[in-house]
Amino acid sequence: MVAIRPAQASDLPAISALDARLTGLDKPEYWRDMLAPERNLLVAESDAGKLLGFIAGEVRAWEFGQPAAGWVFAIQIEPKQRERGVASALFEALVARFREKGVTRVRTLVDRKDHLILSFFRAQGMVAGPSLQLDMDLA
Amino acid sequence: MKLQTGTRLGLYAILELARDPERTLSAADLAERFGVSSHHLAKVLRTLAAAGLVRGGRGAAGGYRFTGNRRRTTLMDIVALFEPAPGQRAKEPGEDTDIGAALQRVLLEVDEIAEATLRSISLETMLKPRR
Repeated sequence: MVAIRPAQASDLPAISALDARLTGLDKPEYWRDMLAPERNLLVAESDAGKLLGFIAGEVRAWEFGQPAAGWVFAIQIEPKQRERGVASALFEALVARFREKGVTRVRTLVDRKDHLILSFFRAQGMVAGPSLQLDMDLA
Repeated sequence: MKLQTGTRLGLYAILELARDPERTLSAADLAERFGVSSHHLAKVLRTLAAAGLVRGGRGAAGGYRFTGNRRRTTLMDIVALFEPAPGQRAKEPGEDTDIGAALQRVLLEVDEIAEATLRSISLETMLKPRR
C-alpha cells in the first residue's frame, strides 16, 4: 500500500538524498523551503514508513501573465518502486489540493530530452500549454 | 506539421490494432475504416511487422494483430519507421551559407520540439479516453 501525506521536517534528509541520487545535485535548502505553508510537498511512503517518492508544487497567480494555476515543481520516485502507480498517486493528491484552492489548471516545465517524465505527465492527460519557454546563455 | 502518407497510415493501423490486441484486422478492414488505399496500407503493415509491432498477414486477405507493448511504444517509434531521421537528410543547397545555417538552426529547434512531443506519447496514452 502507498500512503500519501504532507512532508515534515523529519522527511527532508530522505527527500534530499533521493533527489541527490537521481539528479546528481544536492540541494537541501531548496527542499527545506518547500515546507513553507503556501507550498505543497507531499511524500509517498510504504507501510514500513520508507520514502517511495515525493512531489512538490504550489498555486501561483500571474506568473508570466497567467491566471492562477497549480504548478508542479518536482516529482521523484525511488527507481526500485516505479511502475506501481506511486507517481500517479502523488500527482492526484497534489491536484486534489490545487482543486481545493480553487484552481482549474495544473502546469509544469519539463526538460524536452527527459522522455520518461514527459511521458508520465502526458499519461496523466497533460498536453502542451499556452507558453513557450525561452532561454539564452549569458556566459 | 505534415506527415508523409505512409507515416499517417502506420499510425492509424498501429493505433487501431493496439486498441484490442486480441483482434485481427486485414489491410482491407483498416483501409475501409480510414477511407484510405488498402494497397498502401498492406505495404505499411509489412513495415510494422518487420519492426515486430504486428504479426500476421498470411495471403492477401490475411489479418494482422498487435504484438507490441502499448506502454513502451511511442508515436515517435512509428514515425521513425516511415520518415527519414533528421541526421540522414540530404544536405540542401545553400546550407553552408550563414543564412542557410541560421535557418537550419531554427528548423532543428522545431524538429526537436516535435520529436519530444511524439516521443512522450505512448500508444497507451493515445488510446486513453480523454477526460
